[in-house]
Amino acid sequence: MAERLLLRCLDIPDLRRLDVYTAHGGYEATRKALTTCSPEQLVDVVKASNLRGRGGAGFPTGLKWSFLPKQVAKPVYLAVNADESEPGTFKDRVIMEQDPHQLLEGIIISAYAIRCHTAYIYIRGEFALGAERLEAAIAEARSVGLLGRDILGTGFDLDVWVHRGAGAYICGEETGLIESLEGKRGYPRIKPPFPAVYGLFGCPTIVNNVETLACVPHIVLRGADWFRSIGPEKSPGPKLFCVSGHVERPGTYELPMGTPLREIIYTHAGGIRGGRKLKAVIPGGASMPVFTAEEIDVPMDMDSVQKAGSFLGSAGIMVMDETVCMVWAAFVIGRFFHHESCGQCTPCREGTGWLEKVLRRLEFGEGSATAADVDLLLNIAGNMMGTTICALSEAAAMPARAFATKFRAEFEQHATLGRCPLRPVVEPPRRHAHA
Amino acid sequence: MPTLEIDGQRTEVPDGLTVIQAAERLGIEIPHYCWHPALSIAGNCRMCLVEIEKNPKLQIACNTRVADGMVVHTTSEKTKAAQRSVLEFLLINHPIDCPVCDQAGECKLQEYYMDYDRQRSRFPLPAKVRKKKAIPIGPLVMLDQERCILCARCTRFLDEVTHTSELAIYERGDHCEIELAPGKVLDNPYSGNVVDICPVGALTSRDFRFRARVWYLERADSVCGACANGCNMEIYHREDRIFRFQPRLNPDVNQYWMCDAGRLSYRELQGEGRLTHPLVRGEDEFVPSTWATAIGQVAGRLGDLAREHGPGTVGIVVSARAPNEEVFLLRRLGAALGARVAAVSWSPPGAFHDDFLVKADKNPNTQGLRLQGLAPDGEADQLLEMAGAGRLIALILHRTDLTAWRDTVAVRAALERVPCLVVLDTDRREASEYADVVLPIATYAECDGTFTNHAGRVQRFRAAVQPPGEARPGWFVLGELLVRLGGRESFASAETVFAALAEECAAFEGLSYSALGADGHPAVSGAP
Repeated sequence: MAERLLLRCLDIPDLRRLDVYTAHGGYEATRKALTTCSPEQLVDVVKASNLRGRGGAGFPTGLKWSFLPKQVAKPVYLAVNADESEPGTFKDRVIMEQDPHQLLEGIIISAYAIRCHTAYIYIRGEFALGAERLEAAIAEARSVGLLGRDILGTGFDLDVWVHRGAGAYICGEETGLIESLEGKRGYPRIKPPFPAVYGLFGCPTIVNNVETLACVPHIVLRGADWFRSIGPEKSPGPKLFCVSGHVERPGTYELPMGTPLREIIYTHAGGIRGGRKLKAVIPGGASMPVFTAEEIDVPMDMDSVQKAGSFLGSAGIMVMDETVCMVWAAFVIGRFFHHESCGQCTPCREGTGWLEKVLRRLEFGEGSATAADVDLLLNIAGNMMGTTICALSEAAAMPARAFATKFRAEFEQHATLGRCPLRPVVEPPRRHAHA
Repeated sequence: MPTLEIDGQRTEVPDGLTVIQAAERLGIEIPHYCWHPALSIAGNCRMCLVEIEKNPKLQIACNTRVADGMVVHTTSEKTKAAQRSVLEFLLINHPIDCPVCDQAGECKLQEYYMDYDRQRSRFPLPAKVRKKKAIPIGPLVMLDQERCILCARCTRFLDEVTHTSELAIYERGDHCEIELAPGKVLDNPYSGNVVDICPVGALTSRDFRFRARVWYLERADSVCGACANGCNMEIYHREDRIFRFQPRLNPDVNQYWMCDAGRLSYRELQGEGRLTHPLVRGEDEFVPSTWATAIGQVAGRLGDLAREHGPGTVGIVVSARAPNEEVFLLRRLGAALGARVAAVSWSPPGAFHDDFLVKADKNPNTQGLRLQGLAPDGEADQLLEMAGAGRLIALILHRTDLTAWRDTVAVRAALERVPCLVVLDTDRREASEYADVVLPIATYAECDGTFTNHAGRVQRFRAAVQPPGEARPGWFVLGELLVRLGGRESFASAETVFAALAEECAAFEGLSYSALGADGHPAVSGAP
């Protein structure tokens, strides 16, 4: 894509400052939306744009907004999901640190569209700089009447609060996020009811991802047709791809939705580091099924990746070269999800720990791994699918299942050898400490 | 009303019901741990996953509302596979210490394992997550974190019912554990209920644990006598010893709960002071006697004295601890002797009560006295005055120790001046020391009968255990006494006494033991 929109910050120095941002057309979309559109018109244009959530699930944003009850006495809340907790994902971070006003604009317009007067940005606790820059941007916007009472003289009021998380993956799940915002343990809620009906403090609530909201001002300025013209019509738009791992140029790339994975890895990210061979790629963050090197000719949009057997997820592309042990990779991911399971639902609470234990004994020869462990792993993972309140159980099961299926021979070799054939014998990583 | 099909049975149920409730109405039990009808829906245990046609995923029956045309399969292969899988997950880190676990025999893990699982463990023993065991978390409750399945019933009870939130879940994943909140102790007046609702051996009763295996115990339906609320309960007993009280569901009285004081009040029913034989005063101390002698002596003396001194010279004091049946027979006794009958309903001043279950009135049958026209209105004080003045020729004290709640010196002096003092009671108390004859009677755990609770609900209790020694049910002793005094009717059971009461007393009109059933029945309102 010739023109960068979401990542204009890479082209314009100091874009995070309000004066720079406005000098480059900032808040024009806000002015246009608040002064010339009704909330209903905005919902319609976002619907027409086919914008789908960038957090991982890819749910149509306009449709989500339209689930809000039409007549309601309670306040409506907008909760901005800035938790970005999916391993391999670092796109929202760039927006918040380098271009916070873009997000604020998205928040103001979206809040206006859903008749919300209080928005919370739930930001990952580790993003100290992002939180600081957001606070600064909010103060700037407030000082010129872009936030607070009677925004731009339109009579629309909006307050935005930054709420820092305390380090739990599960608080990126929208109802876990809501519980956490309420000051409770980050336990995802059983659905129904969905947040649009019963969300934050029991009020109708829309939870949207940072990148999703950042798309909204551009849709307002350029129209739904323009947005739909980028990439495949059913999941269109500019998209941020986070490339990490064994590539020459890891980083966040803004490319049209549907850019082939091979092109992202080999053209934009400079190919495999040191000229080595590609072994595996996770296309959508740690929770998504892995692709083998043979499977990367896939357009990176929601429907195409799903058709290819994985998910676009948060577009966290994790590239692994030939030196990486697949059991080890599965173990690292398994260990993460074991650590992050909230512990509410039985299959996830118990299954994540069990998966880690089986992967650990395969990789580190702890206990006595057998060839049957591969089938055990697949069986445990299967039992964790579709049986819990939220998707964390699947997030742990899907990668384990994909690694063990697609690299089955390597897994079996581990069992036969009683150790890892690829990596030198090392102390196994310690189990996560729990107080 | 939606019509749905569960396991091939079609049923029409009210809107808003969940699948688990609809199945219950058909007599189909969907296994569950976290769901409890009196608590919010947590949906975390996943044991109640069932197959619902047209749904790609299994759904939890506890949180799925019924819909018209819904087709549910609770025994399909998919459902069974999910049940097996959830049980396997629940058991991998469970210590399987059933042989030393007090919950064994009433443990939902054991029961569901046998009903739905029965597979061998695929999890190596040393790999289990270890947690803390045998932690006393309050006067009544012991916590074992390893056995806990984190269903959150206890935390929801403490959040939603008592609003005290002593317990919470800490840590994450398979390291999650139930723990006391900082600085708290589980000592609210309803703490024992968490033991009842804990489906596994994580919360056990410090009072009951290791005293009996539950499969040796028998149960009897009863009503708690510790206050005027009349919480429905079960008495667990064996070989004429009571081991515990547990609440029994009554939506109109106590729902699923009872207070700790009531729960522990079984101890008072089998204390050291129980009377085991009729006692007749000898030269200077009591001599154990037979019922024939004692009853004969009491009937003879009371009859003679009443005839000799005329109406109003014999007094009867009946307490609100007496069941309706005994109150009725005492009234008859009063009529036969021309006696003045006084009612007392005494509770310790400042006794704990709240706006939930615990009543300030610590007597189970104050309302029953009122409904039989015996308001506790000070008549007893007049009797004492008469006694003190030497004008009371005989006095019957029924289940009451007047010395405990009146000016002790004056009461003692008064009791000493009564020429004939007869005491009917379960325990030896101070007033019985002044008696001429003491008749040992049964507690409410040892006989059939009814109490009328504070709201006028008449509720049955049943004999769970035998009275100790020669003690007999109060209705039986009073019935014998009446026969000896020339009464024409003899009563074969508490039920027949109640039938006579219902015949005679407007407030109980139309009631019978069968009409009272398990849940009791309100007395006739507006009756005097």
